[in-house]
Amino acid sequence: MTELLVGTKKGMFRLEGDPRGGFEITARAFAGQSVEYAMRDPRTGRYLASVTSWFYGPRIWITDDPTGEWEQAKGTVLPGDDEVDPAAEFSGDPDDMYKGALNRLWVIVPGVEDGVLYAGGDPGPLFESRDGGLTWSLNRGLWNHPSRPEWNPGAGGLCLHTIVTWPGDPSKLLLAISAVGVWLSDDGGATWRHSNEGIVLRYLPEEARAATAEKPQHCVHNVRRAPTRPERLFMQFHDGIYRSDDAGATWVDVGTDKGLPSDFGFPIVVDPADPDSAYVIPLIGAEDRTTPGGTVRVWETRDAGASWEPRGDGLPEQDAYLTILREAFDTKSEGQALELYFGATSGEVFGSGDAGATWSQVGDHLPPIYSVRTA
Amino acid sequence: MAQVMLRAPLSELCGGRSHAIAGTTVGEVLVALEREHPPIAGWVLDEQGRIREHVNVFVNGIHGEERTPVAGDDRVHVLPAITGG
Repeated sequence: MTELLVGTKKGMFRLEGDPRGGFEITARAFAGQSVEYAMRDPRTGRYLASVTSWFYGPRIWITDDPTGEWEQAKGTVLPGDDEVDPAAEFSGDPDDMYKGALNRLWVIVPGVEDGVLYAGGDPGPLFESRDGGLTWSLNRGLWNHPSRPEWNPGAGGLCLHTIVTWPGDPSKLLLAISAVGVWLSDDGGATWRHSNEGIVLRYLPEEARAATAEKPQHCVHNVRRAPTRPERLFMQFHDGIYRSDDAGATWVDVGTDKGLPSDFGFPIVVDPADPDSAYVIPLIGAEDRTTPGGTVRVWETRDAGASWEPRGDGLPEQDAYLTILREAFDTKSEGQALELYFGATSGEVFGSGDAGATWSQVGDHLPPIYSVRTA
Repeated sequence: MAQVMLRAPLSELCGGRSHAIAGTTVGEVLVALEREHPPIAGWVLDEQGRIREHVNVFVNGIHGEERTPVAGDDRVHVLPAITGG
């Protein structure tokens, strides 16, 4: 039995089933609210969801039973609440009005140590919990980084969307922020350094790239680590696919001239059993952001990006212009039993129980899908 | 004290629709409301103390903002904004 937690524009849905026998909806929560991300902590079995009320803002909720009551977590706030006089003169400029306010929480990731979780959001904060997600605190090392005034948002906002831990070592962390870049820490998040060497900013004029290479303006879309070879990472960039073999210190292009219909996309996943594996879902980018030619394909590498092959048996062949967002692709198990699931903004969920060889539609008619996570 | 009138989900989180709250401005009243009812901390005011973009506050039926004066018998309604068609 596989559990899929699907975050949508209109609440969270839990689907249960298996890729061959089909799935059914067994829970819905937060009706009418945007659920950016929902996950189940494998250490405790607890469910955590980042939920944004159109009216009342973003926060994290926790439960042991997604069909029951959810508890509101505390502490996912930015500095300023006790530093501002609410009766003070307001400039009237909307940019000033929301400076420093949390807009969304993009992702929740279990840490290495018991009870530790991380959450990333917009405008670029990293939060840490040490009690399983009930209370959170802001990582000041990143929030107060001197380069922050140079950070600029991507189309989805100034979002800290990727948090990658290192198996067995809580001191090593990797983050990615759009459109800022990759950040590395070797001291558990006390200090951070920008690490984007090798990434080519093709969205800038060629003559401007060298002068801006050191600046934090890299539009990273997603990063996953190969757990059996943790110094290896795969990255879906704004317009490129990259690999690092040195824990994110440098990056090499593995997407150009490899037959991919596009090197634009949002999510990337790996087979945990194979450090040479990665899966992407190319979209025509960046203005269109739909599946190329109306054909839905997942592309797979098993040689660390030297070559890519399309996997689409069972996926829509024509007239299917889908958009798959950053967090809407996930895996379960590994090797030959690897399960893959992704959801589209048009409400479909597709799944494979044989490492991408064959696919079936496991969900339909859902609201626009923001995230898919397995449990 | 002003009577602050809430609707769901704020009223559910605060344990009722009507609350007597002290303050001389809308900003002060809302800060006090969130302080007295921690489950809605951050729901009406953002981290900078501003009324959230899609929340409307009315004082005796007139749209108010953070600096709007509030007197002892005033009724302060906190409502989700009607946005869209």
